[in-house]
Amino acid sequence: MTLLRVVGLTKKFGPHAVLRGIDLDVQPGERLAILGASGSGKSTLLRCLNFMEMPDSGTVMLDDKVVGRRESELVRVRQRIGMVFQQFNLFPHMTAIGNVMEGLRTVRRFPKAEARARAGKELARVGLADKAETYPAHLSGGQKQRVAIARALAMDPELLLFDEPTSALDPELVGEVLNVIRALAEEGRTMLLVTHELGFAYHVATRVIFLADGTIHEQGTPDEVLKHPTKERTRAFLARHKEFSL
Amino acid sequence: MSYRWDFTPVVTNAPLLAEGLVNTLKVTGVSLACGLVLGLALALMRLSRHRLASWPAGFVIEVFRTTPPLVQLFWFFFALPLIVGVEMTPFLAACVTFSIQSAAFFAEVFRAGIQSIERGQWDAARAIGMTHGQALQRIILPQAVKRMIPAFMERAIELMKTTTLVATIAYADLLFAANEVSQKSFRPLETYTVVALIYFFVIFLASQFARLLELRLARSGESTVH
Repeated sequence: MTLLRVVGLTKKFGPHAVLRGIDLDVQPGERLAILGASGSGKSTLLRCLNFMEMPDSGTVMLDDKVVGRRESELVRVRQRIGMVFQQFNLFPHMTAIGNVMEGLRTVRRFPKAEARARAGKELARVGLADKAETYPAHLSGGQKQRVAIARALAMDPELLLFDEPTSALDPELVGEVLNVIRALAEEGRTMLLVTHELGFAYHVATRVIFLADGTIHEQGTPDEVLKHPTKERTRAFLARHKEFSL
Repeated sequence: MSYRWDFTPVVTNAPLLAEGLVNTLKVTGVSLACGLVLGLALALMRLSRHRLASWPAGFVIEVFRTTPPLVQLFWFFFALPLIVGVEMTPFLAACVTFSIQSAAFFAEVFRAGIQSIERGQWDAARAIGMTHGQALQRIILPQAVKRMIPAFMERAIELMKTTTLVATIAYADLLFAANEVSQKSFRPLETYTVVALIYFFVIFLASQFARLLELRLARSGESTVH
């Protein structure tokens, strides 16, 4: 069964076509790394999948059912698709555990004690049980992103979207976030990950997609795309990324 | 020439002034409460994507921000009864006028506050499955209100001073009482000095309270006071 199917997805911002017809199938347990130069439409693609952006045309299907555009339907779909943002977007007026509980309380109507217990478990999973009562302003970037991951996990998502989760972090904080994502991969969770961490993509992804000009330019296993790319633009992109590596 | 200050008539008429102060606080309190609720409603309407909601809200806001409050008060007290046949007591007319008038200003404060919240907050709220209303109530407004406190306080002070206009439609507020006392005692300088001090103390106390509130809210790190 296909978990997520995207057919002919397009999106324009004003006159600028960002996505020009994306077709994509995601099976349960797959981990897709989405690569591409800035402006290639990676983030927009991700944001169209849970309707943070409304696609101009094309369909998104979840469990073979087309997702409509009414708010009630989008709200249900978004509960099934977790998203982690580049800028964390934690709620600054709530503690770490308050952030993780919020969806359970407001959206899923959990009783307070139950929500707190569940949120505590998710914080422990990302190694932040001791920061439960800390406000985001007093957390490091890496800790913030781990709270944001816990917040997404608390909703029991069937699919996780990571939108450049480590791009806003100081280099020494990247590892702790990637370790959490790797642990989720080992649990067999389905995820789509927009990233510039090629090494991480190589080791964790089951499939790599290279976007260029709003289309899927090349895709395949990490070994195929990252080690033996067939397209010229993929090669050029990888060469630029490797330019300063040791 | 030396003026001999004599505050005794003011002291003997203290009950009259106290009653005036109570009436001033009543009009201010009611208008503030109604103005906040109505102001939030106007702000949400104005921010709406539906023109049927945003245009009327914009119209009300602009009209009440750009016309003198005294004219608005006269209009509600004298003109409205002629047009629709609704008689209003001075108290009711004052409350209606100042509620709508302050709502127009509060609406702009709310709007600015809501728009000052980063888009990422909306994104994060929607990403966990919140509706627009839930996001507004749980995520956006609590943060926006914190940033709006200084502007709210400014408007509340302005409102309390604007309510002195009700004296013109014979509502016995503090200024009306002062006028009465000064005419009775021939001591206008003393009376108005005391009245000014009363306004000063009430407003000063209120703004100190607002400052305390701000400091308390600053604990979570996101606030206008650091």
